[in-house]
Amino acid sequence: MTARRLESGGRIDRNQKVTFDWDGKALSGFAGDTLASALMANGETVLGRSFKYHRPRGIMSAGVEESGAIVTVGKDTRREPNVKATMQELYDGLTATGQNAWPNVRFDLGAVNGLFSRFFAAGFYYKTFMGLPPFEWGSGTGLWMQYEKLIRRAAGMGTASRAPDPDHYDHAHGFCDVLVVGAGPAGLNAALTAAEAGRDVLLVEQDFELGGDYLNDPAAEPKRAELVTAVRNAGVHILTRTTAFGLYDDGTAGLLEKVTDHLRNPDPSLPRQRFWTVRAGATILATGALERSIAFENNDRPGVMTAAAARVYLNRYGVLPGTRILIATNNDSAYGTAVDLEAAGAQVTVIDSRAEQNAGTSERVSIQYGLAPLEALGRPNITGVELAADTGNGWKPAGKQGCDLLLISGGWSPVVNLSSHRGAKPAWNAEQACFLPGQTKEPIFHAGSAAGIWPREACETSGVAAAQRATGEAFQTIAPGGWARTIKPVYEVRASDRVSKAFVDFQHDVTGDDIRLAHQEGFVSVEHLKRYTTLGMATDQGRMGNVIGLALMADALGKDIPDVGTTRFRPPYTPVAIGALAGRNVAGHFKALRRTPLHDWNLRHGATMTEAGLWHRPWYFAQDGETIDEAYVREAATVRETVGICDVSSLGKIAVQGPDAAEFLNRVYSNGFAKLPVGKARYGIMLRDDGMVMDDGTTWRLGETDFLTTTTTAHAGKVMVWFEELLQTRWPDLKVHVSSVSDHWAGVSIAGPKSREAISAILQDGTDISNEALPFMGVAGVTLKGNIHALIARISFSGERAYELYVPAGFGEAMMDLLWPSAKALGGCLYGMEALGTLRIEKGHVTGAELDGRVTIDDAGLGKMASTKKAFIGSALRQRPELLRQDRPQLIGIFPKDKSQRFKGGSILCAPDGTSGFGDGWITAVTHSPALGHWIGIGYISGGVEAWRGLPVIASDPTRSGDVEVEIVSPHMVDPEGVRVHG
Amino acid sequence: MIRINCPFCGPRDHSEFTYGGDGSIVYPELEAPREAWHDAVFLRENICGVQLETWQHVHGCRIWLTIERDTLTHEIHSVRPAHPGIAAALHSKEGAGT
Repeated sequence: MTARRLESGGRIDRNQKVTFDWDGKALSGFAGDTLASALMANGETVLGRSFKYHRPRGIMSAGVEESGAIVTVGKDTRREPNVKATMQELYDGLTATGQNAWPNVRFDLGAVNGLFSRFFAAGFYYKTFMGLPPFEWGSGTGLWMQYEKLIRRAAGMGTASRAPDPDHYDHAHGFCDVLVVGAGPAGLNAALTAAEAGRDVLLVEQDFELGGDYLNDPAAEPKRAELVTAVRNAGVHILTRTTAFGLYDDGTAGLLEKVTDHLRNPDPSLPRQRFWTVRAGATILATGALERSIAFENNDRPGVMTAAAARVYLNRYGVLPGTRILIATNNDSAYGTAVDLEAAGAQVTVIDSRAEQNAGTSERVSIQYGLAPLEALGRPNITGVELAADTGNGWKPAGKQGCDLLLISGGWSPVVNLSSHRGAKPAWNAEQACFLPGQTKEPIFHAGSAAGIWPREACETSGVAAAQRATGEAFQTIAPGGWARTIKPVYEVRASDRVSKAFVDFQHDVTGDDIRLAHQEGFVSVEHLKRYTTLGMATDQGRMGNVIGLALMADALGKDIPDVGTTRFRPPYTPVAIGALAGRNVAGHFKALRRTPLHDWNLRHGATMTEAGLWHRPWYFAQDGETIDEAYVREAATVRETVGICDVSSLGKIAVQGPDAAEFLNRVYSNGFAKLPVGKARYGIMLRDDGMVMDDGTTWRLGETDFLTTTTTAHAGKVMVWFEELLQTRWPDLKVHVSSVSDHWAGVSIAGPKSREAISAILQDGTDISNEALPFMGVAGVTLKGNIHALIARISFSGERAYELYVPAGFGEAMMDLLWPSAKALGGCLYGMEALGTLRIEKGHVTGAELDGRVTIDDAGLGKMASTKKAFIGSALRQRPELLRQDRPQLIGIFPKDKSQRFKGGSILCAPDGTSGFGDGWITAVTHSPALGHWIGIGYISGGVEAWRGLPVIASDPTRSGDVEVEIVSPHMVDPEGVRVHG
Repeated sequence: MIRINCPFCGPRDHSEFTYGGDGSIVYPELEAPREAWHDAVFLRENICGVQLETWQHVHGCRIWLTIERDTLTHEIHSVRPAHPGIAAALHSKEGAGT
């Protein structure tokens, strides 16, 4: 291939020179070039190495179907592998490198694979490395894992940067009446027609210019310019450099807009790419058609490309791709290309596989009939072609002919991918030798060559018709086809006595022989064929070769192509960067962050925060030089000695109100709530329908019809949804309203022997919270100094005398500024989640780690709470025999046998002779107990404390702390009688 | 992406909703025997075609909806509030032409 840039012609701007770097060489092109056209103009022919055999590859097309010129663009952290050079706009300073080759694409040591290619047929790796016959030696994971590393390195594509992505991406949402995909002759007319009918139209085009095939025809430029102006004036929203990569339910389309990939120094405020979710009333697919190759020996040589591509390079980019050009066709479409190339100064010969009387003619180029290419000659670049003549019963060699460029037109495949995403099964049209888009009930319409319509005027008319159809007007039906002479299907050319390397899928190195091998080995379904040979599974999704593969499979099966069918296309149509999928939801924005009203106050007072679901909560409040272990032990000890304050604002809070509120709660909770007096709180456990524990918390009766239910932090949302579900779907007769008030209140727990003293000091004078006025589980409205209204409940998670004090969120800091000095003066402390855990583990109080969805209320040791006098949610199914077994895992406390030892949460509890296998139980949480002076834990063990009392047990944690001998005790490890809480 | 036409909020992406479950289940009385609860909680048809489902517009008006959806095509045939009182009120409001 001896390509050269012409002095004139094309859409490039010869006044704007652009320099770029290819494999370390400084080259230049012009504004308006793609990387492929610029490389071609510079005489670069070998641009890549193939996936498996490392064969040299060059430019094969001029578009999205490219399988040869696959390169890495950018460097360092902005290195993007597997870019189709045909789709990459050239910009000043662009850096591109060849990939899958060492040391470079022109001289690649990996090409040694080609010598052994007869061993690398379809299924080779699986057959060989998953176990060597005859005894499947090496099967199993061990050896395969070793081989796999080597195989993956040798076979493959480019490598991405391992560094974090320095760019940012955006998500955007769009709505329109009509979405038009593709801005060629059909798409532009469709968009204009729909917009003129008053519809809101979005037109998306993957190219950087509007016009599609108009761009490849200088004579059509006035018409194109006029149409584009009309489309803009009609108010059509236009997105260029944007690919519709998928169609989804109810008119939803996914688009990827490449915002800055064509710029050298983009505005840093711009996202690199924008991921659009568009909801369209109707969708018009004017996605065009792609020219197919033909399988013959060495059809992957640099210098073999599609016929239409040559026309694009000539007419759009001003590059004459060869000087002695042979065009092999089986249809009419290549003749225009032949004429254009000849006019540009090339010597052109057309070989048409059709017989003379059926084939096309041209006065200006020489034509030979009944011939097809049998083998491309020359290495690495093509120097000639061995021809084959149609004998009527196969092909026979028919001489050689020299050329520096071989153009192939094996027919055209409409781009049916997007409607296939919607389940519209493409239908084979034998007359046009292509799959046409399938039918769907959804408002998705095809126009232009995407519908198998070939002549430009017919494409334009079909665009108008598709828009009329989409807008509910009368429309003209345009039949597919339109060539003067019918296509003669040719998929593979080979002489029967020759073994050939004829590629069907270039990007994955799948040959015609691989297809036949798959058939020979029993693969008959096209979906299996695809997976076994990897046909069509590369980044080009087999755009040039799929139909050839299907045809060969049909031939091997003795069936017709429609009986073999085609695989279903799936999104995305072209690759989508993970960064674009993530958009702005990265790093600190990966998930929402919830802060309590006391968040800033906590930070100002030395809190180290930890994540609890979406919440940030204080973990511990370290004093000078304290480690976390020292801090939490001090905090927990202080609570038991004097008083501690802990932010509990993240607890879920639900206002349950209405005449039937008590009845509702009585049905939801396993224990009784109907008779809870006003001014009292009660701890409750709610079950799921299946009898397992859902959540626990306290409910405060504020008035006859007014309850405040608290939930765990983790299950706040779930419980709210559950309440709404029950009230709206199951018990619509109950007059109850529920509202989430979690964010309305700032809440703290004040725990310890001096808690009452600490609170009394900040109440307005005369407010009594003595044991008589506010006994255990009492609830009252109180007023803090400064006239702050608050709710107080005497409830305890720590086992100490304790209160929860809630004020409206905006008064949270004011409350803390009163409360903290008061507690501090009594020797108190602030405490965090870690100390909270210590206090509750010492008491054997359960939380999320214990209530993991697999436990019953009996397993958790709270079975006695469940009412026997009423039915409630879960009361029927908690009586399932399996759930009543005595040997179910039950809540227990755990002490180390040697009190100086520690063990870890997640350890498996086993009998000493049973440390392999599943064990008999597990540890859910551990802490160092300041009250007991050693490590303790809680967890579950089969049969509970009664079954294991006095027996040796091993806490086994083979990957971390090893085996520790422990004893099983009651979960109530500190103050089992509960005297402290009532004091 | 399925779009659900919420009777209060209009057509919205399904990401605003959460799937509840089989909308054809009539849950027994709380006092009903274990067998009745077993059937209601555990036995489900695996329908290929139109099935009744509950969904909640959890990131919207929080209404629970009963939806007829085709599991094969995702086509939604009907949407109504699961609460019969709300459904009736909505119906009469629509009937009044407001």
